[in-house]
Amino acid sequence: MASAEQVAEEAERREIRDRWLLSAPALIIIFLAATGPLLIVVIYSFLTPGPYGGVVWKFSTDGWLSVLMQRDIFDDTLAFADAHLSIFWRSAKLSFLTTILTLLFGFPTAYFIATRPARQRDIWLFLITIPFWTNLLIRTFAIQEVIRNEGLVNTVLIKLGIISQPIQMMFTDFALMVGMTYVYLPLMVLPLYASMEKIDFRLVEAGYDLYANRFQVLRRVIIPLVKPGIIAGSILVFIPALGAYVTPRVLGGSKNMMLGSLIELQFGQGRNWPLGSALSLSLMAIVMVALLFYVRSVGRRDGAHG
Amino acid sequence: MASRFDVRRQTGFTTIAMICFFALYLPIVTLVVYAFNSGNSIAVWEGVSLRWFYQAWNNSQVVDAAIRSLQIALVAATIATIVATMAALATTRTKPYPGLGFKYAFINQPLMVPEIVTAVALLIFFSRIKIWTGYSGLGYLMAAHTAFCIPFAYLPIRARLESMDLSLETAAADLYATPWKAFRRVTFPLLWPGILAGLMLAFVISLDDVVITEFVKSGGQDTLPTYMLGQFRRFITPEINAISTVFLLISILIVTVFFFISRKKDHE
Repeated sequence: MASAEQVAEEAERREIRDRWLLSAPALIIIFLAATGPLLIVVIYSFLTPGPYGGVVWKFSTDGWLSVLMQRDIFDDTLAFADAHLSIFWRSAKLSFLTTILTLLFGFPTAYFIATRPARQRDIWLFLITIPFWTNLLIRTFAIQEVIRNEGLVNTVLIKLGIISQPIQMMFTDFALMVGMTYVYLPLMVLPLYASMEKIDFRLVEAGYDLYANRFQVLRRVIIPLVKPGIIAGSILVFIPALGAYVTPRVLGGSKNMMLGSLIELQFGQGRNWPLGSALSLSLMAIVMVALLFYVRSVGRRDGAHG
Repeated sequence: MASRFDVRRQTGFTTIAMICFFALYLPIVTLVVYAFNSGNSIAVWEGVSLRWFYQAWNNSQVVDAAIRSLQIALVAATIATIVATMAALATTRTKPYPGLGFKYAFINQPLMVPEIVTAVALLIFFSRIKIWTGYSGLGYLMAAHTAFCIPFAYLPIRARLESMDLSLETAAADLYATPWKAFRRVTFPLLWPGILAGLMLAFVISLDDVVITEFVKSGGQDTLPTYMLGQFRRFITPEINAISTVFLLISILIVTVFFFISRKKDHE
């Protein structure tokens, strides 16, 4: 006869099985239409490009090689692919600057919201949430209307007599940075707010009691307290900025390419799917490193306080 | 007497915050205002009119794209919410079991990979399947949207579930309710705000998607966002502003409902 222990064990096994069955549809859909295809990209990155796009099923490491190197078509020697490297560099630089800018603007904004009385907070938070959920394309288009040559900024400056010719902002790195800062600002404010909401202001008071000035309190008390929010916000801005496709396409024009456009090019006119696959995986690798950094820094914090 | 010293104040923060709110809304307001321009330009104001709204309404490309967007969003959000609810039931209110961490990571995977990478992966995968099966309908877009909507539907549902007590379901089971009956009579009535929030979030996310749709769509399958993206290359008229304004209104409406549902839970 089965003992009570065996019955309990059997029940537990059945529960775990039921829980797997219950989550199976979600897992299968994500595998079929998200994770699985990523594995195919890995295979494609090691194949030979087909003449009209697509691939020829012949093993080749040229896709990966051309991420960094360029084969000279005349004498077959290898050289660094300056064009690709400079696009990687530009994407990293612009994403980093965007992260810094959103932090500089987002930090005071989140702090402002967190220090409002509880009833007002919801309203301010709501004002951040609306742009957050508004179509990215529409927001990019909206910022374009402000910075284009016939746009709001130039029109106002000309009317005021400050400039006589419109300042060319569109299709420059400046436009990209303004645009990305604009569209990603809510992504910085929300996690910052989430950690600021929990600040115990008695600690701030203690700082003042110890004769700290406002800046010292900010640097020594508030910033260390909201560090998880700063890291989370930075990751949330940096990752999509690095792979941005819509904003550079609308604001950057064809000269100022970022990684997203470079990848698209390989699947369009470039017709080099293996290179496109290798570039996508490189982008993903950078993102994974950033995420790993995030997980580690958050984990360490939890460990220190737990 | 000097005014009370406010420990929360930081010099200049309020000013920067006000600049941010102003900067966040100025472009959106400009966009909406020019949707009502009677002239052909998105820069020169000529007077108030609704002509661009009429024009968009009578543009069959726009209407078709809008209907397609709604079809895809409805199917994707509904399926995503159902499977996400099941997954949330399976991954909350339990002691850790083998594979639980794997499930979390797997369900959230679409959030962690840059959209452009998923888009490229789906382009490769679906272009092969299109050749094999000869089918090139909206199914691919619906499948892709469902997959990336799942984590968005999952998060609010899971959050809601975690704040719910298991004892009511246990009581139902003690009273010989079948698991389905217990879910329908006990769990669901308590869980529905989370499910509704997840559904709306998934709907907005699907409606907004540009990148994955742009790569996966076959010819003639433009959704509203990819149609608009295509228009940016041409001469832009306030018609785009009018479309954006309607789009904006729908999003704001959904977000408002979502915001108050999820806030209400916090204050209960």
